[in-house]
Amino acid sequence: MKKLLIGNAAVAEGAYEAGVNFVSSYPGTPSTEITECMATYPKEEVFVEWAPNEKVAAEAAIGAAIAGGRAMSCCKHVGLNVMADPIFTDSYIGVNGGAVFCVADDPGMHSSQNEQDSRHYAKAAKVPMLEPSDSAECKEFTKLAFDLSEKYDTPVFIRLSTRVAHSQSLVEIEPRADVPLKPYEKNVAKNVMMPAMAIGRHVFVEERTRALTEYAEFSDINTVEDNGSDIGVITAGISYAYAKEALGTAVNFLKLGMVYPLPEKLICDFAKKCKTVYVVEELDPFIEEGCKNLGVAVHGKDVFTLLGEYTPAMIASVILGKAAPTGIKPQKDIPARPPVLCPGCPHRGTFYVLKKLGLVVSGDIGCYTLGAAAPLSSVDTTICMGASISAAHGMAEVRGSEFNKKLVSVIGDSTFMHSGITALSDIVYNKGANTVIILDNSITGMTGHQDNPTTGKTIRGEATRQVDLIKLCEGLGVEHITVADPFDVKGFEAVVREEIARDDVSVIIAQRPCALLKSVKYSGHCEISDACKKCKACMKLGCPAISVSAKGSVRIDRTQCNGCGLCVGVCPFGAIEKKN
Amino acid sequence: MTKNIMIVGVGGQGTLLASRILGAAVTAAGYDVKVSEVHGMSQRGGSVVTYVKYGDRVYSPLIGKGEADLILAFEQLEAYRALPYLKTDGKLIVNTQKINPMPVITGAAVYPEGIVEEMQAAVDTTAIDALALAEQAGNTKAVNVVLIGVMAKNTAITYDAWIAALRATVPEKFLEVNLCAFDLGYNC
Repeated sequence: MKKLLIGNAAVAEGAYEAGVNFVSSYPGTPSTEITECMATYPKEEVFVEWAPNEKVAAEAAIGAAIAGGRAMSCCKHVGLNVMADPIFTDSYIGVNGGAVFCVADDPGMHSSQNEQDSRHYAKAAKVPMLEPSDSAECKEFTKLAFDLSEKYDTPVFIRLSTRVAHSQSLVEIEPRADVPLKPYEKNVAKNVMMPAMAIGRHVFVEERTRALTEYAEFSDINTVEDNGSDIGVITAGISYAYAKEALGTAVNFLKLGMVYPLPEKLICDFAKKCKTVYVVEELDPFIEEGCKNLGVAVHGKDVFTLLGEYTPAMIASVILGKAAPTGIKPQKDIPARPPVLCPGCPHRGTFYVLKKLGLVVSGDIGCYTLGAAAPLSSVDTTICMGASISAAHGMAEVRGSEFNKKLVSVIGDSTFMHSGITALSDIVYNKGANTVIILDNSITGMTGHQDNPTTGKTIRGEATRQVDLIKLCEGLGVEHITVADPFDVKGFEAVVREEIARDDVSVIIAQRPCALLKSVKYSGHCEISDACKKCKACMKLGCPAISVSAKGSVRIDRTQCNGCGLCVGVCPFGAIEKKN
Repeated sequence: MTKNIMIVGVGGQGTLLASRILGAAVTAAGYDVKVSEVHGMSQRGGSVVTYVKYGDRVYSPLIGKGEADLILAFEQLEAYRALPYLKTDGKLIVNTQKINPMPVITGAAVYPEGIVEEMQAAVDTTAIDALALAEQAGNTKAVNVVLIGVMAKNTAITYDAWIAALRATVPEKFLEVNLCAFDLGYNC
């Protein structure tokens, strides 16, 4: 039976069919749906969880593999930075049951803070990396990854990019393999990585890479398509799909399903038969540098960009000199439509207050990064998960107490659990006096509603113990903790004013659930009455439902408004009414 | 021969579901299919573009400028933004609904006037008020299915195959409203 699946669902299907026993991940676009899909398979067959961060997830998977199960952990490219510590040493340990780490890069930064190329990790950690180009390959390569992992005693990376992860294509569904747990035996030389043992394992790792290079030469995961052309194209992943569509049979292809280690002889033999060889790969010249190290002359980043996503038209233009169609040109200027906080978003109340108070806001990763956009324009910095708290600590220590009294950190509940806790302990321990606002919207919002240790539910929706944020902060040594509702704008402002003035660490838990949660039932809509003085105070909320007409009158779009009522409390003339 | 369809709109309008229904319908018809979706930050009220491509063999999930046979636009400014992607002899279906983007709301930009007329003059365009039809069907959120109904008539896939795809994709409790919305679009 064939099914239309996004690449992420196909990776999950591949892992399931490979008999995976354990999957642990932290959500991150564009990788999230792999683990969500895993949780649709029977819990008797596979244990699936959201971990608080990628490092914990990877370590749990490594443990499961050491114990003899087949294990997987999935993340986005920046999640791999968090996961990197255990992976580099797991490369030495190897596996018992197979261990697969699936990482999804985001060329074009659809939903990310940078455009890093994860293939460098494969080389740096000496871990083989497979790269599928569509959903069918996502499934096949995942199954192969588990086999390779056990055969070569190595963790295996699967690398996706946004367009592979989030494009649907047809996948053949097959039954799950019956893979019994491997026996567990204590093996200090292999599983305890202290210097004496690690020195021995490093020798093994180098031998393993040589063996995998040999595998790459003859495996049908790397394929040559000889179309009798004198132009050769070496490519992998989604770039293959673009190049194949753009170039058809006009060139010869070497399609690499394994991007690390590279098949050295295969590349040399392929290049010898062509007059000109192009490497087509998004982001960094990873394959290109591999070719050049072999002494193979190729065109790569001299003719293709290092930036963003590629397209078939771009590839046809560079290699065949074919002019790309331009299409019909609109005559008028088109305003941009950037993403915004949703109508009813609890963060809107928080940022409205922070903007009003003119505070410096050390931001973090989540929907609330959108608090940087006009008109809320609150957020000063966004670096990575957890950095809102630690970066504010550095800011406060360098600029002093007066600056700190105009400085807050904002961090989501899930992000706080991910890597905010250690940062907060840093401030408490080192006698800081920062104000930290935990935006507790009862869910991991940006990635599409995943549960986390604060929500009281597992990935399968089962009830579980819930982290108590107040007790957690108390345990870290914070003495001033206030829970406030960001939709009570006046009350929330009073709390923020009081806490930033304090010469001690304080935590404000801004508590109101995400408006998109099924449990949140706003009703009716808001309307502007005749009492409106056109002062536009409500416009400062940046609510997508409220706009000003050409004549200056304010109106609320009923199709956009969900009746959250935040604007009612912001209007100084009581001119906004809630209607049912 | 590959058929290229673009579905464009504003995050939250249901373009993703529309592309999934279309994907299900063309899969059932036996084509090779690629559907590209958009997840994450760009879904939050931003411009959302999904591509559906089907034919004997489809490699790339993307549609380039001047390559779309049909654009289904959930909002008029998004139709206008996507116009360069349409083939000069392609078909545009546009919902006349206007949703102000944030730069317009803040006054940093203006929502251009007369763009539906400009598109009608440039290409084969069907402009409809899908919001009104969705209201008629009983739920303003059914705009996406009204528009699918309009698009359905412009494809080689049978009415019955569309209804089957709808049944396979839409949750049971919304099915009645959506079947009604589909018919209103199909017959308009």
